[in-house]
Amino acid sequence: MPEVSPPLVRLEALNVAFDGVTVLHGIDLEVRRGETLGLVGESGSGKSVTWLAALGLLPKKAKVAGRVLLDGEDLLGADEKRLDDVRGGRIAMIFQDPASALNPVLTIRRQLGEALALHRGLTGREIGAEAKRLLDLVGIPDAERRLSAYPHEFSGGQNQRIMIAMALAGRPDLLVADEPTTALDATIQAQILDLLAAVRRETGMAMVLISHDLGVVSETCDRVAVMYAGRIVEEGPSAQVFDDPAHPYARGLIGALPPLDGSRRRLISIPGTVPDPRDPPPGCAFGPRCLHATRDCTATTPRLERIEGERRMACILAVHRRALAPREFEFA
Amino acid sequence: MTAPLVSVDGIARRYAMRRGLFGRPVQIRAVDGVSFALSAGETLGIVGESGSGKSTTGRVVLGLEPADAGSVAFDGVPMPEAGTPVWRRQRARMQMIFQDPLGALDRRLAIATQVREPLDIHAIGDEKARDARVIDLLDRVGLSADHGRRFPHELSGGQRQRAVLARALATKPDFLVCDEPISALDVSIQAQVVNLLVDLQADLGLAMLFISHDLRVVRQVSRRVAVMYLGRIVEEGDADDLFARPAHPYTKALVSAAPTPGRRMADRVVLTGDPPDPADRPSGCAFHPRCPVAVPRCREAEPALVDVGPGRRAACLLVDPTETAARDAVR
Repeated sequence: MPEVSPPLVRLEALNVAFDGVTVLHGIDLEVRRGETLGLVGESGSGKSVTWLAALGLLPKKAKVAGRVLLDGEDLLGADEKRLDDVRGGRIAMIFQDPASALNPVLTIRRQLGEALALHRGLTGREIGAEAKRLLDLVGIPDAERRLSAYPHEFSGGQNQRIMIAMALAGRPDLLVADEPTTALDATIQAQILDLLAAVRRETGMAMVLISHDLGVVSETCDRVAVMYAGRIVEEGPSAQVFDDPAHPYARGLIGALPPLDGSRRRLISIPGTVPDPRDPPPGCAFGPRCLHATRDCTATTPRLERIEGERRMACILAVHRRALAPREFEFA
Repeated sequence: MTAPLVSVDGIARRYAMRRGLFGRPVQIRAVDGVSFALSAGETLGIVGESGSGKSTTGRVVLGLEPADAGSVAFDGVPMPEAGTPVWRRQRARMQMIFQDPLGALDRRLAIATQVREPLDIHAIGDEKARDARVIDLLDRVGLSADHGRRFPHELSGGQRQRAVLARALATKPDFLVCDEPISALDVSIQAQVVNLLVDLQADLGLAMLFISHDLRVVRQVSRRVAVMYLGRIVEEGDADDLFARPAHPYTKALVSAAPTPGRRMADRVVLTGDPPDPADRPSGCAFHPRCPVAVPRCREAEPALVDVGPGRRAACLLVDPTETAARDAVR
């Protein structure tokens, strides 16, 4: 289905370097209005850095290049004042560890109130009413009384609910959720994912879900982008990518997940480890670990190209992807 | 049937915890009457959320923490008291690996030295034999002699966990307790270590207690699985069968909470409420405040872990066989 409306956020050739070491290599990515985009990859693949860079949240020493377009406006050139309006207003972000993102010495009312005053210009009684509504929305029981509580009086799952309430305070068009459930127990993770889905149904906001957990992304997201060593290696509709991953890395990653039912099979394991960004291999960064690598793979870095429909992948095998039978993969 | 290698009978472990600075000390029952048996070469997986007592169970079984009640027998003999020479000798036959390999390794010693240490401590073989065995062990876990010369910080997370594993295998243990051994590793590396564990288990005939919050990984390495909730086993059975047909409402919720690629979140059992506070254990069945099918009786009666089918035990009034038999008779 071709998309007609322009994307909400568009990253163009986003590049990030720390001390001369490039950790993000020209990311091109779109987030459409109201959609959920999953970003998967292992630690160090650049999935968090992408959004920290886009929102100007990286430390000063980071060199960021490219364009971050929000409704056509480039955020990379924007001044701090403008960024403050965007962050929390148009685009909100929540992180893995809610307890450290909340201020331990301020009540929930103060912290929610701050966001409401800043982004919505609310005052006095309006703040109290809206803060209570937000806590109700995220499923904190007895919201009225709990507003006067401090973060330590809540459990981890409840703190994450409060973070979500704070993120929603500015009525953002996009919520970037960076491993929002990783620190939580399985049953609480299910609660938070359901909450995020319910909130999105209600508000129509778009979401970028950054996670190393393929199951979580698959269940939650419409589209998914798989990252490896600072690049997107595969992107497409979530159902298609998980059902029939094209890129050898994506295949390995999905095959590495033990099944929960059916017969047990030996897990596909990707040999080796992720490359050191200070000493990247020539050509395709996944080449040294790839079972399908040929000599050509060391010659050039493959670009993210369309393979079919809305799917893109960065691999020289893209041309004869069909020659590779789906699911055919040597067990390492 | 062979006699069990490890038999655990009603072990309990309690801690005293103070609530706040001036609070009254409260007793926490981290592990509360856990029993199971493990035959040689068998793997029992223990799953549960944080605070379920799964790690404490592993530590009590190895004698790293004393049991406040119950007993652990190894090879039919009660575990000797921790710290005694007999215990130390016994410990050579049982080893443990933890989640954080960097914390388990000494940063100032080369990997080979650390793998060799158990051989030195337990005086196994002569100098030359030990050197050869170290190379052998490293090779067994997929590390080269060159890796052996490096220091922990020079290895990746997966390689470090392999090194820890090599060291644990040095004394040729019969029993290995793995506490979240792969949780700190990246997905692709997890698969490497899981495959390695499965191979080692098959080749060396190790009995394993595999503790993890990850149902998938537990199923991959275990024949049998025990599900823990607030210090007790609430369900136990064959791994495949248990995950395919969970009987206990908590197991059902856990299985349904495990995200699966290709499935949308439509028909998930989502538990309400937070994980329970071990210091404030609910009356009756500890799970009843979060249980979607609890009946009033669950608030008072403590369900016992009883046989509910072939090779399956569960602690829930609603799946008690007398109850189900009555229901079947009606049908």
